[in-house]
Amino acid sequence: MITKMTHTTVYVLDQESAFDFYTNKLGFKVVTDVPMGKDGRWLTVSPPEQPGFEIVLYPVAKSNLSKEVADTLRELVKKGTFGIAVFTCHDIFATYEELKEKGVKFTKAPTKEFYGTEAIFNDDSGNWFSLAQIN
Amino acid sequence: MEGPQYPKMYLYRRLVQAKLFIDTHYAEPIDLDNIADEACFSKFHFIKQFKNIYNKTPHQYLISVRIQKAKELLNAGTPVSTVCLAVGFESLGSFSVLFRRIAGMTPSSYVALQQRLRAQMAESPLTFIPGCFAEKNGWLKKSQF
Repeated sequence: MITKMTHTTVYVLDQESAFDFYTNKLGFKVVTDVPMGKDGRWLTVSPPEQPGFEIVLYPVAKSNLSKEVADTLRELVKKGTFGIAVFTCHDIFATYEELKEKGVKFTKAPTKEFYGTEAIFNDDSGNWFSLAQIN
Repeated sequence: MEGPQYPKMYLYRRLVQAKLFIDTHYAEPIDLDNIADEACFSKFHFIKQFKNIYNKTPHQYLISVRIQKAKELLNAGTPVSTVCLAVGFESLGSFSVLFRRIAGMTPSSYVALQQRLRAQMAESPLTFIPGCFAEKNGWLKKSQF
């Protein structure tokens, strides 16, 4: 029986820039940050109130994909193809205003939906996330 | 994209500005009355609204930011007495008491714990990485089994 999700991968274009975005802009905490292999770096972050859930910030360039697949993936990430996750918050209007102030790009402002209030933003690579305050 | 229109938008913006002010100026002797004035609120109303959004009073929030920054500086190897002043506390005593209350351990125990963790990460990084990821990246040593 599956009980929990502990890790998920987000492909990013630049790991250092993603580190800055997820920690300084979104306010996530670094869980593991260790050099691996020749020039690899294992970097995971967690939402502040969910330390047991690690988001692996995985650079497309360092992935073990073929050049062709990596190039395609890079373009798809850049174009905002991938919707990764829903993040929740205590107060969506305050969170939205704060993230906007920090330079986070939103493609949907907080909007009332039947399940709560939702906004959509992109990370620095192009991946998109829902920000929600659930009813 | 046009900004949204929602009830009390101006109020949210002022509260967010106050929060960001604390995030930036936590190391200075912040007068929370001044922040309330800047945000054009009465002190009582400001504290109530701030707590509604952040689940902490502005003072509690300021302390939590200072302790969080203190952890970062301690992690970077800064001595406890330097950290205390660098994050805006005037006495080592009050810093240690608040650190212990929030972090659940003394600053020196925190430093020791972080050092152990770092040593463990440096010595055996693979214990922090799920095996499937390590294998896919070729970070695992070949095994006979």
